[in-house]
Formats: sequence, structure tokens, C-alpha cells
Amino acid sequence: MQRLCTLNVNGETRTLAIEETDTLVDVLRDRLGLTGTKVGCDEGDCGACTVLIDGRPVLSCLTLALSVEGRAIETIEGVARDGRLHPLQEAFDAHGAAQCGFCTPGMILSAKALLEENQDPTADEIRHALSGNLCRCTGYGRIVEAVQIAAKRPAR
Amino acid sequence: MLPLPSCAVSFPETIEQALELLSRPGARVVAGGTDLLPNLKRGLGRPSALVSLARLSGLDAVARDEHELRVGARVTLAELARSSLLPASVRYAASLIASPQIRNVATIGGNLLLDTRCVYVNQSPLWREGLGHCLKADGTECHVVPTGKRCVAAASADLPPILVALGASVRVASKDGVRTIPVERLFSNDGAAPIALGPAELLVEVVIPRAPGTSSAYRKLRVRKAIDFPLLGVAVAVDAEGGLVRALRVVASCIGATPRKVSGLDSIAVGKPLDDATIEAVAERCHGALHPQTNIAADVGWRRAMIPLLVTEALHDVRDAVRTRGGDDGTA
Repeated sequence: MQRLCTLNVNGETRTLAIEETDTLVDVLRDRLGLTGTKVGCDEGDCGACTVLIDGRPVLSCLTLALSVEGRAIETIEGVARDGRLHPLQEAFDAHGAAQCGFCTPGMILSAKALLEENQDPTADEIRHALSGNLCRCTGYGRIVEAVQIAAKRPAR
Repeated sequence: MLPLPSCAVSFPETIEQALELLSRPGARVVAGGTDLLPNLKRGLGRPSALVSLARLSGLDAVARDEHELRVGARVTLAELARSSLLPASVRYAASLIASPQIRNVATIGGNLLLDTRCVYVNQSPLWREGLGHCLKADGTECHVVPTGKRCVAAASADLPPILVALGASVRVASKDGVRTIPVERLFSNDGAAPIALGPAELLVEVVIPRAPGTSSAYRKLRVRKAIDFPLLGVAVAVDAEGGLVRALRVVASCIGATPRKVSGLDSIAVGKPLDDATIEAVAERCHGALHPQTNIAADVGWRRAMIPLLVTEALHDVRDAVRTRGGDDGTA
């Protein structure tokens, strides 16, 4: 059955009719056109669909869209502000932390949540925070370094 | 894209509303959804309706009094891992589960009620159909024990072993009121229907007794240090006084459909110091008592060989507390 659903995505309120069992990732990608959030395994293993709900990283493939009405949803599209990349995005770009790019949106959102809580994380703390995001290209080394580089820059 | 099967989803705001919705045939509770939704996406289970606890008020606090710790069923694994009120062993076990994203939404109630897992079941519908359906899902045979009539899918949650070892219980609500049962009696020993609760019952609270003389620890075997379900989970709890063991419990997961409490340990350990000889004897007894099966995709001989190692490591974790203070329930 379809139901009206009001979502707060990247600070904008969006109201649309969805199936009750639609997952957040499918609504974001297929209904709102926010295809930066990726579908990897679609069953909670890979972290490619990570978004922030009230600032915390969550898997949008295992989240019923209706269950996050009224919560603040942040996707990769909401991370850059006023046409300027977030320090994490700049660091990933400059430091070669993305290769195919598929895991990158989820990596950046998990890292963003970490840096909000801990402005100067150790490499171990970064690896722990990113342990739910799989990358099959980079070997993770440059991703961890990029997060450390971003952490040392002033937040905007 | 793996769509969820279509069904009604409701969002009760009170326990009474939730119980009313759960009284309808085929309704299932969804809390964090991190176990249920992947299973539904793979065609395991066909609920007529989902009753989400996302907008329920309450059941989200950890409280402590003189005698016990009470943990609301909706407390997330991330909150458990952070809570200074809880024994360190419970916090540690929670911190090892799945990934940060999953711990942010998965709940203590959901982890206790996690479905059993089997290498022949947690597969795509096409894979399962190719081999032939089994006792756990739509079939009549068992691929683990070919002559078996009862499903042996593995209890694969990390919290039940440690909560059983600590003597925890759960409070379960229904229209008839609230009943309290020990965690170890939550499980049916039938992997196809592993949870011994009625369909219209709702787990509302976990109660952990405070035992100043008890020390506990947990060890988890897996290939990766994140995301993976355990290949083996071992919890120990030791009551001690004056440096001598008063009671010693070992509980293991990933053996069969229910967490296994090893029997016969009292005669080995009670009245003795927790020294190398006692630890070795306990580990040997656990190795003899616990028989992993081919229900998990890891070598069964290796998993069995790891049992005494994990038991030994866990007992080493508590040895100092037993020796010096008689015990420490790990709470701040």
C-alpha cells in the first residue's frame, strides 16, 4: 500500500507517496534522484549505502523510509556547501583516496560522523569508524590518510 | 536491488498499541531491522505485517539499582557499548557486533532474538532452490545432518552467551501482562523456530543481576575483525570469594540452535583458585562438551580446535579479578 511520507533530506523537506516497505536507499535514488548513495550488496554488509540520520551513520538499504520521517537525513549530496567541497571530499580527491568511487560516498559520511565527535582521531580510530565500509580498490591506506589530512584542516 | 516483500507497516507509539498490532496473525516486530530485513529480502519469512518500534516511546534507557541493571529492549548496540553502567564484558561483546552503522540501529532485544543462521539457508532464493529447500525454510530435509528431523541452524548472536553466563533474564509483555524468564529459556533448540516466545509477545527489557563477586569475559572467533557474524562465541562468568572459585559458567554460541551452557564445570573448578591447572581442565572439558557442526562456512575441525583457546583466553581475562578482589562485575 502506498503512503505519504515526508522526509527531511539535506535540509529540504520532501513529501512523496511511497510503498510502506520501500527502503530509504531506493527512495533516495529512484524517487528523489539522489544517486550519490550507492547500492552495493543491498543487505547490510558493504556500507556503500551509508547515510547520516541525525548525524549518525546508518545503512539506508536496511532502513524503512517511513521509519525516518521527521529525522535529519544527510546524503553525500548534502556534504558540499555553497559549491565548495567539504575538507574530507577535498582530501579524498587530492590524496587519491578514491579509485572506482563506489564506496566513497559512504566512506565520507562515516568519516564525517567520526570527525564531528573526534576532531583528531588516530589511524586506529579512523579504521574502527570506517570498519563498516568496504573498499575493493584502494587497500584503505590512502582513505585513512585522507581522513587524517581532513581532520587537521579547519572545519568550515 | 533486493526489494522487500510487500506488506503493511505500522508504527505504534505505545506498548499497548504494539501488542494490539502483534496480535494479528503473521505480524512481526521490527526494531533495528538489521537481521530481519536482509532475511526478508532473501525470501526468508513472509510476515503479513511489520510492527516497527521506531516511534515507540520508552524502552530506550539503561538503569541501575542496588540489585540489578535494567536495559530497555530498544537500547542500541552502540549505546550498550558506550554505557558505563554495564559490565565490561557486555559492552565489549556489543562493540564487536557487525559494523558501526548496524550498531547505531540494531538493538539489544533484536540481538537476543536474532534468527539462527546456516550456510545452507542464508543464501539467495535461487541458491537454496538449486540445492533443495531445507527444514529451516520451505523444505523437509537437513543438509547439515542428513538424517536430522530438527533444524540445527546456529545461534549466531553475540549477546546471548554473555547474558546467559551472567544469569540475565528478560521481561516479556503480552496482553496478559508481563512475565520474566531467564535468557537461557528464550531459546527453543529448534533452529527453524529458535525463539520460545509467542507471536503476540514483545520483549521489553533485559535484566542483568548485579553480582559484585562475578567476573566475566567474552571471546569471538571470526575471519574479519568487523561485520562478520561469529564463527564461535565464548562467554565465561566466574563467581569467586577469597580468590577461590564459587561457580564457573561457560556459554558458547555457533554450536547449534541455542547457546550452549557447558555442564560439569563445578566439579572441576569450585573451591579452587583460577590457576593454570584449573583453566586447562575447564578448557579441556569445554572442548569435550562442545561439538560445532557444518552449519557455518568455516572448517569445523578448526572451529572445534579453537574452543579451548577461546575459553582459556576468556578465563585469563578474568583471572586477575578473581585472584585479587574475589570478583568484579565490571560496573563503574
